[in-house]
Amino acid sequence: MSITLPKVRVPYLLLFPGFAFLFTFFILPIVNLAQTSTQTPIPGGDTGQYEQSFAFSNYINAFLDNRDQFARSFVYATLATIFALAIAYPLAYAIAFKSGKFKNILLVLVVAPFFTSFLLRTIAWKQILGEEGFLVPTLRSLHLMGQQTTITSTAVAVVAGMTYNFLPFMTLPLYASLERIDPRTIEASGDLYANGITTFRRVTVPLSLPGVVAGTLLTFIPAAGDYVNASILGSPNTKMIGNVIESRYFKIVDYPTAAALSFTLMAAILILVTLYIRKAGTEELV
Amino acid sequence: MSTKIKDATIPTIPFKARLSRWFGRNLLRIYMIFGFTYLFIPVAYTFAFSFNDSGKSNLIWKGFTLNNWKNPCGAPEVCNALGNSIKIGLLATTFATILGTMIAFAIGRYQFKGRSSSNLLIFLPMATPEIVLGASLLSLFLVFKINPGFWPTVIAHVMFCISFVVVTVKARIASLDPRLEQAAMDLYANELETFRRVTLPLVAPGIAGAALLAFSLSFDDFIITNFNSGTLITFPKFVYVAAARGIPAQANVIGSSMFFLALAIVIAGQLVNRKKAR
Repeated sequence: MSITLPKVRVPYLLLFPGFAFLFTFFILPIVNLAQTSTQTPIPGGDTGQYEQSFAFSNYINAFLDNRDQFARSFVYATLATIFALAIAYPLAYAIAFKSGKFKNILLVLVVAPFFTSFLLRTIAWKQILGEEGFLVPTLRSLHLMGQQTTITSTAVAVVAGMTYNFLPFMTLPLYASLERIDPRTIEASGDLYANGITTFRRVTVPLSLPGVVAGTLLTFIPAAGDYVNASILGSPNTKMIGNVIESRYFKIVDYPTAAALSFTLMAAILILVTLYIRKAGTEELV
Repeated sequence: MSTKIKDATIPTIPFKARLSRWFGRNLLRIYMIFGFTYLFIPVAYTFAFSFNDSGKSNLIWKGFTLNNWKNPCGAPEVCNALGNSIKIGLLATTFATILGTMIAFAIGRYQFKGRSSSNLLIFLPMATPEIVLGASLLSLFLVFKINPGFWPTVIAHVMFCISFVVVTVKARIASLDPRLEQAAMDLYANELETFRRVTLPLVAPGIAGAALLAFSLSFDDFIITNFNSGTLITFPKFVYVAAARGIPAQANVIGSSMFFLALAIVIAGQLVNRKKAR
């Protein structure tokens, strides 16, 4: 070997540049955010000028003022995760077990829609479900929908949009874990006189659990922090915590409240995720 | 003989039972048709409306035209935004792929002190909502009096892409057959040669996949970009801002092109893999 390095150092040398980057632009900002979150406006200062005063009351005020938006974020994200699981599981199952030689093509097709811009897709849904789309007038003329009811600007539209947009984050881990199942375990279950449903319930589902855990997390986390679906498909009544953080930053220039809200959101998600992983009992995540 | 049995048995099964059996057999297939229709509705809509002769606001169908495809820069701000997105995407992909691949080799190939905390540091950015990543980075830039814009956006994109690169490349490294490298060593290749001629070519598809993933994440990112780009307009940002008054059909042309381009790249990748497997 031309270069001789003490072997122990190799992994650290490989890690160094990337971790230095993550430390500077991920850890440091989070620490800084924690500092910002307890600041208060400088008396007599301009808008956007704050000083450190360890005002932990920022957290309480931020939370109390935005309880509804917090609740909405978690309810919408939970619903979107459940719907995404319900839609993606059979799809991933069919691709993994029933598609034969079309497996790779179908897998590509499942991901392909998501190469069209996220925002263009969301706007497409807004127009399809909107007043000028073809769906709403059709349903109205068939009297399946009241003349006054709409789909867009409702919670239904927001949850539907989130379900659609985060679907690949659910489908891919599910497929990965289903595809890894040894078909012989399923045959063995059949040999032991389990019928299709029992085999599915007692063999396939437990073996695919790591995929379910990874998929639900990868869907829930971005959904809880999302504000794009809520602002394009929703109304002021469907505002989520992301909308509040965004407007605190850009419209009101209230950095401490935005920081406190961000931190509360992150903490809430981390706690939920930890509890969930404990309960689901899978160590292997990523 | 067998035909006789068939003749004798079929009529005895009542229609309802036959129907439910047919459904039982084809349920997943029917489900797949519905599933794929659902997945492709907005894509089809975006594609269809890229042919709309709509002028500035692409909300209502006004007639078929090829002009938008002939002249995708007809709405100049679209192409400007697209150019920014591609520049940012290429830079972010390059840096994130290099840094992430190095980390993936360290974690995937070595046992060392702090390995599990390294895994945690990689997992954390993926477990943090985008809005928190974007907002915290902006706060840092503001503290150091750095104006949001092009380079802050590149930095932000590298930051959130690294973890995805690490995870993708690590999975590929884990799936390698260690016997291939042992064989190379047995044939008197030294460590560096083994890495260059055996390990790296085997991991390359994983790295390519990771780069593709990083580019599409960067290209499509809105939330983090919105916080850190200042007055710079990227493609998703342009669409978001224009959404209120209706986006020009040229944006649909670009969205559809991205779709077909990505599809072509993935299919080409699959074909190359299949050829290699033979």
